[in-house]
Amino acid sequence: MAEEVKLYGTWSSPFSRRIELALKLKGVPFEYIEEDLSNKSPELLKYNPVHKKIPVLVHNSKPIAESQVILEYIDEIWNNNPILPQDPYQRAMARFWGKFIDEKALATRMKANFAEGKERELVTEEFFQQMKFLENELNGKDFFGGETIGFVDIVAIVVAIWFPLTQEVLGVETFTEEKFPVLFKWIRKITEIDVVNECRPPREKHLAYVKARIEGLKSASK
Amino acid sequence: MADEVILLDFWASMFGIRVRIALAEKGIKYEYKEQDLFNKSPLLLQMNPVHKKIPVLIHNGKSVCESSIIVQYIDEVWKDKAPLLPYDPYQRAQARFWADFIDKKMYDTSRKTWATKGEEQEAAKKEFIEVLKTLGGELGDKPFFGGDNFGYVDLCLIPYYCWFYSYETFGKFSVEAECPKFIAWVTRCLQRETVAKALPDEKKVFEFVSVLREKIRVE
Repeated sequence: MAEEVKLYGTWSSPFSRRIELALKLKGVPFEYIEEDLSNKSPELLKYNPVHKKIPVLVHNSKPIAESQVILEYIDEIWNNNPILPQDPYQRAMARFWGKFIDEKALATRMKANFAEGKERELVTEEFFQQMKFLENELNGKDFFGGETIGFVDIVAIVVAIWFPLTQEVLGVETFTEEKFPVLFKWIRKITEIDVVNECRPPREKHLAYVKARIEGLKSASK
Repeated sequence: MADEVILLDFWASMFGIRVRIALAEKGIKYEYKEQDLFNKSPLLLQMNPVHKKIPVLIHNGKSVCESSIIVQYIDEVWKDKAPLLPYDPYQRAQARFWADFIDKKMYDTSRKTWATKGEEQEAAKKEFIEVLKTLGGELGDKPFFGGDNFGYVDLCLIPYYCWFYSYETFGKFSVEAECPKFIAWVTRCLQRETVAKALPDEKKVFEFVSVLREKIRVE
């Protein structure tokens, strides 16, 4: 039976792009559908009625939502180039750091970007602590996954690509090589990988998009 | 070689209860260490330096944190007995999705039913009932979220039940009146010895929540 794999996503979303990367790493052919989030398609609403968000993977007409749930599903269906380790303890660690990035680091980063005064200082310090924890996980390895990229690397691409880009737009220097030499070494290594670069938003378009979004958020909060 | 399993936990934590149920389902012998959350122990800080939270499972000296991650770990290590997650990858993905939904929606909303007042509390009550109704929709006519058998999603959700009395009393509403099918599911879960034994008395939880409410007012 031919596999039918569809991915509903958006070009600028790190959550969507990580699914593209996982599918490409495993050589899984898929149809990509770009969603307009200001005008969500009936299919998206049908496939993810609970959250109405991208990404959604539809495999042989069955939908799966939530990017980290999708990543685990992909790894279980297509076992070549495994994303998660085999050992249960290592798997628990991978899940822990994946959750940490999406639930803590991203939220702190957002707060740090828009906070002011004393609050900004405190949140930036929190962000610093969190990035240090993440950096320590590399512990001499090339990638979080070891010699090749794995689950945590795929999730952490938001840190490798989206964090520096947002920083460039905001003109701040909280996330620097000076402060995080090991993490930046990892960023260099991971962004040298062809398939990672195939799955990243085109830089100029991404810069313009982030600029516009930040302007929009700033004026909305005034 | 005997496994050494230690659980750092807090008696009223719905997250800790999940792990206790999972350990009981698998028949795993473990040492329970009650933690003082207002005065965290060096062991807790050492075993969960990132979040400094319970529950923490320490298995042969190695710590696993985050309740849903701990439960999946337990299911994978002790895989020959009482499977918690479904066997089929698609069903497994659905189970993970709903556990994630519970984690994203239940805690903050339910907390607001007792930790806030006025309009904020009214909004929280509405949202909480909506969350239960969404879950009820997913349950449908099945006996458990896992189908015929008690499983991962049931385990992730049922611990909240011992806090319902507190939500209902402080929030002035009744879950049974709003979502009777939900309470029918609760009753089925409580028929399991592992669940009944793991849930603390709701009146004790109520006393604890009363103290917490006072603490928040003071601050």
